[in-house]
Amino acid sequence: MAVTEQRSAGLDVARIRKDFPILERTVDGKPLVYLDSAATSQKPNQVIDAEADFYRNHNANAHRGLYMLAEEATELYEHARAKLARFIGAAQPETIVFTRGTTESTNLVAYAWARKFLREGDEILLSEMEHHSNIVPWQLAVRGTGAVLRYLPLTDDGLLDLSDLGSLLTEKTKLLAITGMSNSLGTLPPVRELADAAHAVGALVLLDGAQLVPHVPVDVAELDCDFLTISGHKMLGPTASGGMYAKLEHLEAMDPFLGGGHMIEEVFPDRSTWNEVPYKFEAGTMNIAQEVGLGAAIDYLEGLGMDAVREHEEEITAYAIDRLLGAGARVFGPTDVSVRGGAVSFWYRDVHPHDLATILNEEGVAIRAGHHCNQLVMRRYGVPATARASFYVYNSNDEVDALVEALGKAESVFA
Amino acid sequence: MALDDIYKEVILDHYKNPRNKREMPDAELSCSKNNPLCGDEITVFVHEDDGKVLDVSFLGQGCSISQSSASMMTEAAAGKTRAEVEERIGAFRGMMAGEVESDEDAFGELVALKGVVKYPVRVKCAVLAWDVLREALAGGGEAGGSAPH
Repeated sequence: MAVTEQRSAGLDVARIRKDFPILERTVDGKPLVYLDSAATSQKPNQVIDAEADFYRNHNANAHRGLYMLAEEATELYEHARAKLARFIGAAQPETIVFTRGTTESTNLVAYAWARKFLREGDEILLSEMEHHSNIVPWQLAVRGTGAVLRYLPLTDDGLLDLSDLGSLLTEKTKLLAITGMSNSLGTLPPVRELADAAHAVGALVLLDGAQLVPHVPVDVAELDCDFLTISGHKMLGPTASGGMYAKLEHLEAMDPFLGGGHMIEEVFPDRSTWNEVPYKFEAGTMNIAQEVGLGAAIDYLEGLGMDAVREHEEEITAYAIDRLLGAGARVFGPTDVSVRGGAVSFWYRDVHPHDLATILNEEGVAIRAGHHCNQLVMRRYGVPATARASFYVYNSNDEVDALVEALGKAESVFA
Repeated sequence: MALDDIYKEVILDHYKNPRNKREMPDAELSCSKNNPLCGDEITVFVHEDDGKVLDVSFLGQGCSISQSSASMMTEAAAGKTRAEVEERIGAFRGMMAGEVESDEDAFGELVALKGVVKYPVRVKCAVLAWDVLREALAGGGEAGGSAPH
């Protein structure tokens, strides 16, 4: 029955787990089985310590003071930017703007790029598997511009349906904004192929990296995206850490986003001039300690190796899908792990996901239940909600077994 | 916490065999609402005459807590005056907020939902139908059938 296997092909999970203090805690006396990393990841000691060390030893405002502490704070902050740039294959650190995460990054582009450049008749192409944070900012941005949103549909298997790509992606399309990995279906769209098609008609490409960057090796030069949004808290970093990559020419052309301190060059009573990129987009005191913590998270992931991370997740996802299907669950999204990541949505028998999550919680198993900010996906597959288990570097096949065993409990309650 | 606290027999019974889960084409009042947390949606229909709530029904899909709560609500509201129903809604919300002492004399079967108070995120599921009923009575929704006036 239970497969005791702590070492996957990619990672030494037993050793990794020792770095995550929260995984030692219990839930009503039962070991915590944390299967909600797509919502937010847990944090290793290395990240917690880096953030605490910043406050204990280096805390000052970055890019402000002329004393040693301020210089240290600035250096740590900029060092984190350089790490994030390297991590995603960006050659220049100044192409990284720090933000609170993907939601803020997308809103930044929607505000500072879309509102400036969109005209009547223009189109933004999205897909039906987008997170609300890659839909709503565009709905707000096109208001009053006369531009419209269009959507790539989904196949029954949870893949993008590209059969009508030619009629959806046209000269009118100014931006293709698409997820790198669906947070409910797990799907990995063919990003490079789509980017080439978009560029061929003169459109820019925004890649929502919320789920992609933490789990798959990413190289923006290879993917050829114009914008990439990044959430630090989903990749072992602190909450409110993260950023946005954009090609330099776009950052230069865009308006500022928030106005305030440090984003200016000179201020006059009636106008201002802007600081250089990326500071033009970093108004006010930033999440300095959090971005330093993100730097430590990147060190941790690079220590594991992103290829190994991906390999581990393919393995545990394949095992989870196999066991869930075996238990009689309906799994949403592709079942072939070569085209999907480790966010696995399912419906177990007739048990509503909310009931399922409550019952699993009694067994210490933490999953997400709801629409996952994916109401278009829920509507597409005719369900109000799904249960979702999602995996990361610290999850083992034993935890998949714990999940499946707990499903049996749910059945006995509702039998 | 124990699952018996939340998944009581009476809740499971109303979930599996919901009462008054039907459309009411000639309803004077109706209202739809969804729980943004989970996407569950409930429509409540009210047949009202001269200040008296004669019949209440509901449609929708949701978890065992929201469905059983809606089912019990239709039984608790039917046959009461509008003022009594409004009082009942207030008392139920009070019980779910942990503010009102609840006993079986006052709440009948509904007291079974008291266990949900220990699961704060599920309280929204339990009160959803009641909020929709309150809005329907306040004229917040469109009538399902012919308009009364």
